[in-house]
Amino acid sequence: MNKLIISPSPHVHGKFSTKRLMRDVVIALLPALLVSFYFFGLGAVKVVGLSVISCVAFEYLIQRFLLKTAPSTNDLSAVVTGLILSLNLPSNLPWWIVIIGSLIAIGVGKMVFGGLGNNPFNPALVGRVFLLIARPVEMTTWPLPLTLVTPDATTGATPLAIVKEGLKNGLTIDQIKESSDYTFSYLDTLFGQIGGSLGEVSAVALLLGFAYLLVRKVITWHIPVSIFATVIVFSGILHFASPDRFIDPVFHLLTGGMILGAVYMATDYVTSPMTPKGMAVYGVGIGLLTILIRTFGSYPEGMSFAILFMNAIVPLINKYMKPKLFGEVK
Amino acid sequence: MDSTILTTVIMLGILAAILAAVLYMVAQRFKVVEDERIDGTESILPGANCGGCGYTGCRAFAEALVKTDDISVMFCPVGGNAAMTKIAEYLGKKVEAKDNEIAVVRCAGSCENRQRVNEFDGATSCAVMAATYSGDTNCSYGCLGKGDCVSVCNFGAIYINGETMLPEIDEDKCTACGSCTKACPKLIIELRKKGPKSRRIYVSCINKDKGAVARKACKVACIGCAACRKACTFESIVIENFLAYIDPNKCRLCRKCVEACPTESIIELNFPPRKPKVEIQEQKTDNASSEIEQNKIVL
Amino acid sequence: MIKTFNKGGVHPPENKISRNAALEQLIPEGIIQIFISQHIGAPAECIVAKGDKVKTGQLIAKANGFVSANVHSSVSGTVLGIENIADYQGIKKPAICIQVEGDEWEESIDRSTEINRDLSKTSEEILAKITEAGLVGLGGATFPTHVKLAVPKGKTAKAIIINGAECEPYLTSDYRVMLEHGEELLIGVQLLKKAVNVDKAYIGIETNKQDAIDSLKKTAVNYSGIEIVSLEPKYPQGGEKQLIKSITGIEVPDRALPIETGCIVSNICTTLAVYEAVQKNKPLFENSITVTGKNLKVQKNFIVRVGTPLSQLIKAIGGIPENTGKIISGGPMMGRAISNMEAPTMKGSGAIVFITDDEAKRGTKSNCIRCSKCVAACPMRLQPFLLYKLAERNMLEELKENSIHACIECGCCLYTCPANLPLVDYVRLGKTRAMKLIAKPK
Repeated sequence: MNKLIISPSPHVHGKFSTKRLMRDVVIALLPALLVSFYFFGLGAVKVVGLSVISCVAFEYLIQRFLLKTAPSTNDLSAVVTGLILSLNLPSNLPWWIVIIGSLIAIGVGKMVFGGLGNNPFNPALVGRVFLLIARPVEMTTWPLPLTLVTPDATTGATPLAIVKEGLKNGLTIDQIKESSDYTFSYLDTLFGQIGGSLGEVSAVALLLGFAYLLVRKVITWHIPVSIFATVIVFSGILHFASPDRFIDPVFHLLTGGMILGAVYMATDYVTSPMTPKGMAVYGVGIGLLTILIRTFGSYPEGMSFAILFMNAIVPLINKYMKPKLFGEVK
Repeated sequence: MDSTILTTVIMLGILAAILAAVLYMVAQRFKVVEDERIDGTESILPGANCGGCGYTGCRAFAEALVKTDDISVMFCPVGGNAAMTKIAEYLGKKVEAKDNEIAVVRCAGSCENRQRVNEFDGATSCAVMAATYSGDTNCSYGCLGKGDCVSVCNFGAIYINGETMLPEIDEDKCTACGSCTKACPKLIIELRKKGPKSRRIYVSCINKDKGAVARKACKVACIGCAACRKACTFESIVIENFLAYIDPNKCRLCRKCVEACPTESIIELNFPPRKPKVEIQEQKTDNASSEIEQNKIVL
Repeated sequence: MIKTFNKGGVHPPENKISRNAALEQLIPEGIIQIFISQHIGAPAECIVAKGDKVKTGQLIAKANGFVSANVHSSVSGTVLGIENIADYQGIKKPAICIQVEGDEWEESIDRSTEINRDLSKTSEEILAKITEAGLVGLGGATFPTHVKLAVPKGKTAKAIIINGAECEPYLTSDYRVMLEHGEELLIGVQLLKKAVNVDKAYIGIETNKQDAIDSLKKTAVNYSGIEIVSLEPKYPQGGEKQLIKSITGIEVPDRALPIETGCIVSNICTTLAVYEAVQKNKPLFENSITVTGKNLKVQKNFIVRVGTPLSQLIKAIGGIPENTGKIISGGPMMGRAISNMEAPTMKGSGAIVFITDDEAKRGTKSNCIRCSKCVAACPMRLQPFLLYKLAERNMLEELKENSIHACIECGCCLYTCPANLPLVDYVRLGKTRAMKLIAKPK
């Protein structure tokens, strides 16, 4: 018999492990990835593969040679970062830009703070926003999805950009919807028949992953639901106040990175609050900021900035949103 | 264009002036008047903030030094006598010279000497381990080897030897601040007189079990056989609860007890190597083991 | 309706593999060692000397003060003296050693198996018998029962709650007692009710013990004012505060004792011991111990005399299997690992659980990913990740501010942590250290 093991209680452990949680996120992203492969073809496969491989490689190299610690790449967190980053990129992005994005995401977004668990900002978003500011042209030239009708890839604007452009030109919402650019229905946005980054196209695929994450108890409903609710309420108020200037809430929900951001990026463990109350505050903040940026800012899309901004406030939220103690006496 | 620059410069200038005035007024209004000597005293102190003096940091100690009239009982172990004399001069108070001290680890239960009988799998902390059970050997007094002493040391003067799994002290770095003695849940580390040329002798064991039990758990345990007390000509050794203790104030460093100890639990440090005869020493160990046998019967 | 507490908690695999093993007596042989302190409070004072002959059930150490408990001999034989004996964790404590010679009981003990349904004793008589018998809480905390039943001035008891949750995995001794000694148990409940002058009692049982619920419900028809409550299986349902919340819906106020809610909680085995002490004059010198493990050939629920060496229990199940990695006294969530196989059992020992070596080790610790699973799992609604970091850095003031006193050390945080951080290890340490700063609120 071996030496007996002695440890303090508890002596059993639950099924969760970092690796399992990360693997579940990867599985949850599969439907969205498959949809993007279907609509954007080989370009999407290239971007995703490159992004994942370079994220993992950078993490390994930095840990091995710069930090000189044991590489922890097998916890799959770099894979998740790579996947989420690639879902935020257009499928025709040149390869070197993808690699730079990965380097910024892993190196600046994560490793400089001490690796997994210590980064204040979502690494994938740090990479994405860096690219958006550094290479705005490449980052905002999206290919339209390949369809049976138009087998050749052409580029075009995302629905959000079309609306923004139209409003800038003095058109009303109704006029925009009748214009020639506006060629899609809400059904298309549900299934991904629109232009955009890899992951912002199919709402259904993303929600499928959301359901999987909830079932596997990887995330709780608090953050996504509070974001969605805030977006619906806030953009709804705007829409009813002035239907000509503000587009309806359903459009906001289904387009852009709304679902991808709310389900996969805002819920990033490291950069989101620790208590349900805090998560609700965080979700409301993201929802409000996203709609503010989308409707009043100069960028058509506001999800990334909203999440990064709220990431910065998370320590404050954690400080003030403490859970109510059992039997707390006031 | 010119006017724009001009306006900007003027505006910023006015703003700066107002803010400077506000800052000045606030600084005046909330000025904390402090005894200047506190700063002076603090600058003499080593600034290690180790808490070895019993205060929360060097600043607090400096304050206490300035406010207290009789500072002879106060001592900064890091700065030592040199710093204390300087402070006394500066403040015009009196101090007494203290013996230089150093931390000693009173356990020699290395992996070889002390069989590990189980494996600890909790947090890497002696305190957690001590709260869980008696330890991973049959000796319930000995070092747990998880390095609580190492993590509290501000001077990097203590480290765990990878081979013996026991803490060792870097004599050049140890300032005798006492952090490790407080951190050790088994109270193994003791501050002892550093001794002339750093020479010192101590019992490297705190096992209070009966000799047979202690010896069974660890090859180098003190079994309380009193051989050292018999050998000591200065009455510096007391034996209590089957454990010998050498009073550093009485010990004259003659090393007789070291030779007398049957379990080699008395340790001498920094002495020149003993030249005479290897044979005799071997003989001694033989005697020693028979002595243990006798002790076993007695106990 | 199935009740439970609303926030936190985990549900580890139940593994109640010894549930079908009927209770069986284990009579010790050789030398037994009875600790003189087997309860929270002052150690009892030894009243026997070396060479004295004692009988089973004879008082051998007297309670020393109010918060203390009598200790009785669990065998008949000769006292060998008081020695420092290592307990399960190898920590030495004074114990009375007795050489076993036969099993001759004190004449005053009623050894018949006939159920004594006489409920005519007054509250004072019942309390006196309980004090006399040295009863302590057998759920693990070993708090003297007579102290618990002494309602402080200005407070009124409204109900007795019997803890039949047995929410820890593996454990089945309470379950067996409920099945086999149902009626005695209910009489014990009636006695407890009388002792504190209340007319309502609840027995909370988790639905994974449905047959115990059914059989107790059947018997309870004959006894007034006892309600059997079905509880959803969830750990730590058996925690005093969680159980009160589950059954009555009231939360025990922070820093207050459970009596604040009018509830007095008692364990199943303790309640049976109350019956035996009051109706049968039998002091507490034996208790039920589950001996179980996935790698054991036989699963047992023993009734063991206090002070029986652990080695004899192990012998009775055929020795320690080769692939044992860890042996635990108590349940796997809150029990303590055993390092000393020669140690004697105590009043509070409820189980010996064998864990195989592939399940014994904790996973490798990695960075905290701030997933907040520990916050969600904490039944006291604390923030274990934060307390862990503060405790690791020994920041006692901050620990105090973050209500570390409320931690019940249930281990849900570590159970659920994906990074395998030793959360509760450090929180427990921090709590001990911080509590020294806080004057204990009572």
